[in-house]
Amino acid sequence: MIPAIDITGLTKRYRALEALGGVDLQIRQGEFFGLLGPNGAGKTTLISILAGLVRPTSGSARVMGHDVVTEYRAARRMLGVVPQELVFDPFFSVRETLRIQSGYFGLKKNDDWIDEVMHHLNLTDKADANMRALSGGMKRRVLVAQALVHRPPVIVLDEPTAGVDVELRQGLWTFIRRLNADGHTIVLTTHYLEEAETMCNRIGMLKQGRLVALDTPANLIRRFHTVYLKVRLEGEPPAALAARASVDEAGRHCFKLDNYGDVEGMLGALRAAGCRIVEMEVAQPDLEEVFVNIMGGQAQQ
Amino acid sequence: MKHDEPGSGFGTLLYKELLRFWKVSFQTIAAPILTAMLYLLIFGHVLEEHVQVYENVSYTAFLVPGLVMMSMLQNAFANSSSSLIQSKVTGNLVFVLLPPLSYLEFYGGYVIAAMIRGLIVGLGVLLVSIGFVDLRLEHPLWVILFALGGTAILGTLGVIAGIWADKFDQLAAFQNFIVMPLTFLAGVFYSIHSLPAFWQDLSHLNPFFYMIDGFRYGFFGISDVDPRLSFAVVLLFNTALTATTLALLKRGYKLRH
Ligand SMILES: Nc1ncnc2c1ncn2[C@@H]1O[C@H](COP(=O)(O)OP(=O)(O)OP(=O)(O)O)[C@@H](O)[C@H]1O
Ligand SMILES: [Mg+2]
Repeated sequence: MIPAIDITGLTKRYRALEALGGVDLQIRQGEFFGLLGPNGAGKTTLISILAGLVRPTSGSARVMGHDVVTEYRAARRMLGVVPQELVFDPFFSVRETLRIQSGYFGLKKNDDWIDEVMHHLNLTDKADANMRALSGGMKRRVLVAQALVHRPPVIVLDEPTAGVDVELRQGLWTFIRRLNADGHTIVLTTHYLEEAETMCNRIGMLKQGRLVALDTPANLIRRFHTVYLKVRLEGEPPAALAARASVDEAGRHCFKLDNYGDVEGMLGALRAAGCRIVEMEVAQPDLEEVFVNIMGGQAQQ
Repeated sequence: MKHDEPGSGFGTLLYKELLRFWKVSFQTIAAPILTAMLYLLIFGHVLEEHVQVYENVSYTAFLVPGLVMMSMLQNAFANSSSSLIQSKVTGNLVFVLLPPLSYLEFYGGYVIAAMIRGLIVGLGVLLVSIGFVDLRLEHPLWVILFALGGTAILGTLGVIAGIWADKFDQLAAFQNFIVMPLTFLAGVFYSIHSLPAFWQDLSHLNPFFYMIDGFRYGFFGISDVDPRLSFAVVLLFNTALTATTLALLKRGYKLRH
């Protein structure tokens, strides 16, 4: 099967700045792929090249087998993009916006699908409202709807949940999961790493225009050996041990250890100090920690 | 995944561009007609007794084709340039850049909408004018050809300006330093034969002069220059601008970085 997205040796330079420094990436059809990276890592640049909004300096990109430069018409039919910026045309209502977008793709009789998309994004009530009169979150929903009017097999969402309330975020994810289950390939960027961890079957991390990690969330976390030993102690531990721990909101002492092998030694040290353990948990880091570590302590936002 | 072969997006782009000015037709159509009528009333009233450009043609009548053409040119330019700059500044141009529209369809959508707006305004000015000015119409075909040629040129110029400008004030500069002087110096209010020789020669380098002179020939059958020559200039200018614009669009100049 041809890959949904096939990127080879992709670079993009803006004068002296290297926004993408040679990215190779294949995304299979049906994947739910998360593209992560700090501000300025090159996520939007990569998406814009796929969409034909930005021309690559070198390398190539294909969407469902179609080169985004030489076969741009076929490639763009295959792709639905939700842009990062909250843009809209103040001249039109929600329904007009969607009909026009549909028409740009040459689809004239598309009202059934437009109604269905509006329904799933809770836009039906606002169908005849002018775009100007919508709240930011609703404008974002219209952007999602616009990306879907031509039923693209590949859907790319550049921070779709920025500025969206919890309820809608849940609704949006349910809808996108359904699209994924129906066979659509999903690529998204987000700064909410929990979202990425639970939704995506594979994660790529960009750092200064280079892909520095590419794996399933579970494997990324597993590769990262740190473990947390969380214990509730009877009484206070001696100062030397207390200094090595942080206390979490539940009043437990947390020790950060390099790997599982150190758990035994830590428990021994506690016993030797005469501490009695009432409750114990050994926890793995989450994707956020992996991310921070890979980015070299350069935290997101 | 199987898709039915969809049609072209050109019709929708044109429709959207038409809807855009139609929704605010008070500003985009009524206002420029009113402006032209004010010119006609004031200049006609002040100069009617003092100026006669052609024999058997009153000054007010002489003024009408010039004003009609001027309104068409300005509004054709305003339509494509302001639509593009607005979409660029607000960022909603992506909606047009993401679909599989070719650069030719993009060009056609903006220019034809601009021409239609120019023609509607021009027709409006003409209809109101004949309410109180006696106007001849000797060669309607020339009138139509020059109307189409002139609005096409200014619609194209508007696309170039809209793509090139990053801000509204750059667009205003383009309008104030290029479009307005060329229109006013093209003989809307006078025949260039009334100018000193130096200015006459200079006027012959102004493509807007040929649009207005040829257009006026269509009404009175009199002109400063042979209308066939004027039309050749209009065609040549139009071809050169269109080729330039298509080349810019194909390269993605300022639109696809
Ligand atoms: N048109 C442009 N001209 C010059 N530099 C640009 C342009 N667009 C992007 N850049 C630069 O390219 C780099 C990558 O930007 P990009 O928008 O792809 O980052 P990002 O990963 O999407 O960040 P964010 O999380 O903030 O959205 C940044 O350093 C940015 O300043
Ligand atoms: Mg971005």
